Amino acid sequence: MSAALATRRLGKRFGRRWALSGCTLQVPAGRVVGLVGSNGAGKTTLLHLAVGLDEPSEGTIAVLGEEVAGASSQLSRVGFVAQDTPLYPALSVEDHLRLGAALNPGWDATLARDRVRQLALDPRQRAGTLSGGQRAQLALTLATAKRPELLVLDEPVASLDPLARREFLRSLMEFTAEHAVSVVLSSHLIADLERLCDYLVLLAEGQVQLAGDADELLASHRRISGPRRDSARLPANQQVVEESHTERQSTLLVRTDEPIIDPAWEVAEVSLEDIVLAYMRPDARPAADGKAPKAGR
Amino acid sequence: MIEFQLDARSGVSPYMQIVQQVRHALRLGLLREGDQLPTVKEVVARLAINPNTVLKAYRELEHAGLVTARPGVGTFATGSLADPALAEHGPLRRELRGWIIKARRAGLDEESIEALFRDAVRSARIEGVA
Repeated sequence: MSAALATRRLGKRFGRRWALSGCTLQVPAGRVVGLVGSNGAGKTTLLHLAVGLDEPSEGTIAVLGEEVAGASSQLSRVGFVAQDTPLYPALSVEDHLRLGAALNPGWDATLARDRVRQLALDPRQRAGTLSGGQRAQLALTLATAKRPELLVLDEPVASLDPLARREFLRSLMEFTAEHAVSVVLSSHLIADLERLCDYLVLLAEGQVQLAGDADELLASHRRISGPRRDSARLPANQQVVEESHTERQSTLLVRTDEPIIDPAWEVAEVSLEDIVLAYMRPDARPAADGKAPKAGR
Repeated sequence: MIEFQLDARSGVSPYMQIVQQVRHALRLGLLREGDQLPTVKEVVARLAINPNTVLKAYRELEHAGLVTARPGVGTFATGSLADPALAEHGPLRRELRGWIIKARRAGLDEESIEALFRDAVRSARIEGVA
């Protein structure tokens, strides 16, 4: 199977500012990918490049095995839910479905109608008068009824209340369970990621800081604490991601593929949220590709 | 039918939580041989969770011989963890309870008891390593 998303030295410049640079990624298909990073880290830029809304300033990006170049055959394979889920406020729910059917050759009218019924939306209601949760659900309906092979969502739940957020994510996961689809989802809500995503990409200042399979990341990161020690004296196969020291105690987040056998350390597992937060710190060291560096490098 | 719950604060990955909940239900007899587990779609719709996570948990349970997937029908419990495990652990549990009562009498609070227990587990492990 070809990669859902593959980039090589991808960069995008707006004026003098590089929103994204030197971004090399290989995201496998059939996954739910969480794209995280601070504001301005380049998440939206990367997603816009993936769906063909923007063109790279340098490097290449391929989606589902095809280079993105505004090719319409490829655009029909990708569904996109943009930030704040823009719709046509004056058009009704029904009009949106009709528009979707007219614009998309592979339109699944049954899926769209069933979803609208399930959500108890009034087909004649104008999109402008829908609640935030309903608008997001309608945007998701339009994107999924295209029957895309890749679904791209930019901060889809950022402005939703907790209940609407849960409902939206349920709909999204149900669609993922029923259809062979890859999902790339950007979000600030890293607490949701653990249950949603099985692959993680973390951007910082326009560069890939961390990328890899969620289970591998969880398996290779540990929080260790014990009597104060200089982190430079750790075994070469333990890479320090984050460290803090008090007079007597050291606490480190380390990345390693080997078991930690030093009995002086108390070793604890960490959550995906812990890992993300550690790598989001400005002084964190990048570690792409989901592999810990080999000893002696 | 078993209903899964996810505890976001437990620090245990969602996939492991599902595995543990099935094992737990088998051990307590809440899930018996022949019982059907919820479908992947049902779990996903209930918990708003990644379907790959549920699939992975079910695969691991199948690998352990505890469930069997019948394509197009569903996933069913086939193994049992009930009696032998409980019978084996019964005396251990009694001894541990006796020890906890003694520790309380000695004036230790729950936190100290847990710290002491963890420390003992750790030093036993260190002795095992050395």
